[in-house]
Amino acid sequence: MDDTRTLRFFNRGPSPAARLVFFCLLSLLLLFVDARYQYLESARKVLAVVIYPFQRLTALPGETVGRIAVYFEMQNQLQTENAKLRQQHDADAAQLAQLNAIRAEDTQLRTLQELKQRVDYPMQMAEIAYVERDIFKRKLFVDKGSQANVLPGQVVMDDMGVVGQVTRVYPWLSEVTLVTDKDHAVPIQVLRNGLRAVVFGSGDISEMSLRYMPVSADIAEGDVLVTSGIDGTYPPNLPVAKVLKIERDPAYPFARIICTPLAGVDRHRALLIVSGLPQLPEHPAASETSAESERLNKRLKRRKQ
Amino acid sequence: MISNLPKDQEFLLPASTGFIVFSLFVAVMLNWLPWYGWALALRPDFVALVLLYWCTHKPHRVGIGIAWLVGIFADVADASLFGQHALAYTVLAFGGIVLHRRVQMFDLRQQSLHVFPMLLLSYAAYAAVHWQVRGYVAWEYFLGSAVSALLWMPMTILLQALRRPRRDPNEL
Repeated sequence: MDDTRTLRFFNRGPSPAARLVFFCLLSLLLLFVDARYQYLESARKVLAVVIYPFQRLTALPGETVGRIAVYFEMQNQLQTENAKLRQQHDADAAQLAQLNAIRAEDTQLRTLQELKQRVDYPMQMAEIAYVERDIFKRKLFVDKGSQANVLPGQVVMDDMGVVGQVTRVYPWLSEVTLVTDKDHAVPIQVLRNGLRAVVFGSGDISEMSLRYMPVSADIAEGDVLVTSGIDGTYPPNLPVAKVLKIERDPAYPFARIICTPLAGVDRHRALLIVSGLPQLPEHPAASETSAESERLNKRLKRRKQ
Repeated sequence: MISNLPKDQEFLLPASTGFIVFSLFVAVMLNWLPWYGWALALRPDFVALVLLYWCTHKPHRVGIGIAWLVGIFADVADASLFGQHALAYTVLAFGGIVLHRRVQMFDLRQQSLHVFPMLLLSYAAYAAVHWQVRGYVAWEYFLGSAVSALLWMPMTILLQALRRPRRDPNEL
């Protein structure tokens, strides 16, 4: 029995209570540093590289089952899907031709008006490595990282719309915060009338909310919300969400507007990472208000006298 | 009386360091499996369970320090704040070590009732940190602690069975 070795009259080392206090304080210190500062990011990266192979290993059974399912997919199913895709392709091609004409016109008009030209954004494909297992957060990990020039802040989308944003980059992985995450906000415009607003995640997988919209705001059920591109983080005109339900209660100053994300936030395996956004002109430095500066000037003058 | 005798000996079963590490490793892998939707809310914390098992059965081998270290790795894998899981597992390990003699006196069903408040406390520590930093709590998160407590019995039986020395086939 190996317990004979540990059977002693005196306990080894500090008491459990002392250890509890020590490790709790250590955890709290780490929590404080991690929540406030960025010092621990490099340590996190190193540990992430160490556990990366094991994480991939856990994702393996699901992937294998998925592959086997694809292998055994029925032929007629594939045929219907193929026909559907071909039809979609024809429709898209017709629209694309129109789009090209409109784009040419747009370029011409923008040249005439001396506005900045629109650009096409380079995109790269990434696959979802695994999904966040924490119920508090809506995050997922994709299999492209700093080795593939992914940068924090880049936008992730699928064929339908914006899925989320890259928030943390590891060498071979990056963490994507979904638009439905509670802490996530996207500046948007209503496609129908250009009304600007910010849409917030709700923490629920299929819900987002438009907060701080007055009861009288011109917004209707079924409106499509697209990114406004005003902040320079999101490229403009990417579809984000659709208005699902509006509750206008005059008792509250703001209307309660519930939206649903257009992108298959919880569906796809492959996603697109949009990179190379155009640099917006420098943000003007936050200056004091004119009243304050006048007061300051007066004080300076008085001192000179 | 008869049922007490083998149970007391169960706690004296040897445990190799390799087996402890292996069981923790398997628990970590189970935690990292992709969980969706309701399964995510009901997901038991296998690492917490196995840590608690070792803290109550071999308190001199697996203690607060190891629990803290495992918590740090869980923090990296879950992209949570550094120290969040570590704090929760530290509290859990402390509960397990302080109560290990008491837990040993009971049978498996009564043990689950002891395990549940400890797990709840560790879940509460995790949720409290989240509430402090982010400002809200997802209440369905606590369902996981109940599911974990229900899993205490099968997991203990499994680990005890694995720890029991195999009979030598060449024995007379």
